[in-house]
Amino acid sequence: MITLDFLINAISLGSTYALLALGMVIVYGILKLVNFAYGELIMITGYSLFVVALGPHLPWIIMAVLAVGVAVLTSYLTERVAFRPVRSNSLTAMLITSFAVSTLLQNAALLIISPRARGVPLPDVFSESAVIWGQSVPIRSLLAIVTSLLLLGLLVLLLRRTVLGIALRAASDNFRMTRMLGVPANLVISVAFAISGLLAGVVGLFWVGRTASVTPTIGAAPLLVAFVATVIGGMRSLLGAVVGGYIYGIVFSLIGVLLPQGLLEFREAFMFLIVILILLFRPEGLIRGVNSSRRV
Amino acid sequence: MSVLSVDSIFVRYGAISALRGVSLSVAEGELVALIGVNGAGKSTTLSTIAGGLKPHQGSITFQGEQLQGRPPEYITRKGIALVPEGREIFPSLTVAENLRLGAFVRGSRAEFQRDVAEMVELFPILGERLRQAGGTLSGGEQQQLAVARALMSHPRLLMLDEPSLGLSPVLVDQIFELIDRLHRRGVTILLVEQNVERTLAIVDRAYLLHTGKVEVEGTPAHIREFGNVEGVYLGDRGRDAARKEHQ
Repeated sequence: MITLDFLINAISLGSTYALLALGMVIVYGILKLVNFAYGELIMITGYSLFVVALGPHLPWIIMAVLAVGVAVLTSYLTERVAFRPVRSNSLTAMLITSFAVSTLLQNAALLIISPRARGVPLPDVFSESAVIWGQSVPIRSLLAIVTSLLLLGLLVLLLRRTVLGIALRAASDNFRMTRMLGVPANLVISVAFAISGLLAGVVGLFWVGRTASVTPTIGAAPLLVAFVATVIGGMRSLLGAVVGGYIYGIVFSLIGVLLPQGLLEFREAFMFLIVILILLFRPEGLIRGVNSSRRV
Repeated sequence: MSVLSVDSIFVRYGAISALRGVSLSVAEGELVALIGVNGAGKSTTLSTIAGGLKPHQGSITFQGEQLQGRPPEYITRKGIALVPEGREIFPSLTVAENLRLGAFVRGSRAEFQRDVAEMVELFPILGERLRQAGGTLSGGEQQQLAVARALMSHPRLLMLDEPSLGLSPVLVDQIFELIDRLHRRGVTILLVEQNVERTLAIVDRAYLLHTGKVEVEGTPAHIREFGNVEGVYLGDRGRDAARKEHQ
């Protein structure tokens, strides 16, 4: 049954996935690097919320901003410390580095905090519902939609209206040429990682908001979601990532309603079946980007 | 006084030597060409000057500063602009955005508007296409955009790599006319071209490269007399004779 409640939840899931995928592709577009440490930014956001809540009492929104800030900083720092030194070597070196960063961050969480789940503070609105046209809709879903649209809007403004944004898009087209025009490589890459961290951080708030808890391995699922969404939409364009994220979220929700009860636990298998079909018939994803595979 | 002087640079691609001691110089306001067969090292020379490749020996001096080993963005800031082979405009950016990035090393918006107006005057077709994606332009239009984008940085030295490659005869005429026009406006240009005759007709001086070395250098008349210019078309035949003559 397609109800308003279902629609809003599906679009909300899609919005979250769109942000996730975008955060991954913004780095991929420039460095051609699938950052396997991307999921850990979600974990970092969750633990930051947990840690901040141990301190003096703050309004939730302040805690959320701090947590997202930590995600941005972590993303920026991983680039500075881990990726930059190996950037000129090979793509393989960067891929392995991203695995290393991922493992390192997970183990840090294990050692410093705990292997067991930790509760994170959430505002009351996260568990409340609004009544729209006689149907009850979780406010958390509405918030996810509004936040995503706002963030997407801001990003579009940044990418279209500022020189830095234009440089970021140009770097996805042809990074070498962008540098030839005098755009510093490090600046562009740092900004891409910071944006990636921002998107992961905001998604992280909603991600931990589902269970109100965080574990060291919480990053695996969002990493996979981001990856699959970009495969659906196309790795080569930012628009593709957003479209892929929405399609993934909405189709995944649809499968949930359409599948008979007995098959529900195979929901993911059905989703991947669709992904395989897309890979078979349209390996470059639904949105074709610019044909440029040159690296740094 | 030369703006650019390249002193005996050696460049390798892995085990292969691409440049084996190339030296050249370009004076203020001069139009200088590098000619030679495919693989002679012309494009490699330009890439190396622009910072895309690092020489493992030799020096590149631009306005008194040593530039070898510097990253491309630094070199562009110093005033060298490269229009690479194959144009390499940004296909998903609009024409205006391509120009905006060309002006990245320059500052203000007002200045940018004035420069765009100037480029539109120089390349009227771009004026009609400012809001169009670069990838939708024809080959000739893309070449004009690539040159305009390079000029947006007000370079002290403009380097053009095979600007006529893959263009129709009419457009080739336009490109050579444009180069000539830029030269007469006082732009210092280092040009790499396959089209030897057309090139020698407009340049002040030229260097004939062969297998990573300068074979002959001098005025067009000198090149025609002592350089194996036919060899550029015909391959290796008679090259030894030309080398002997040069000595």
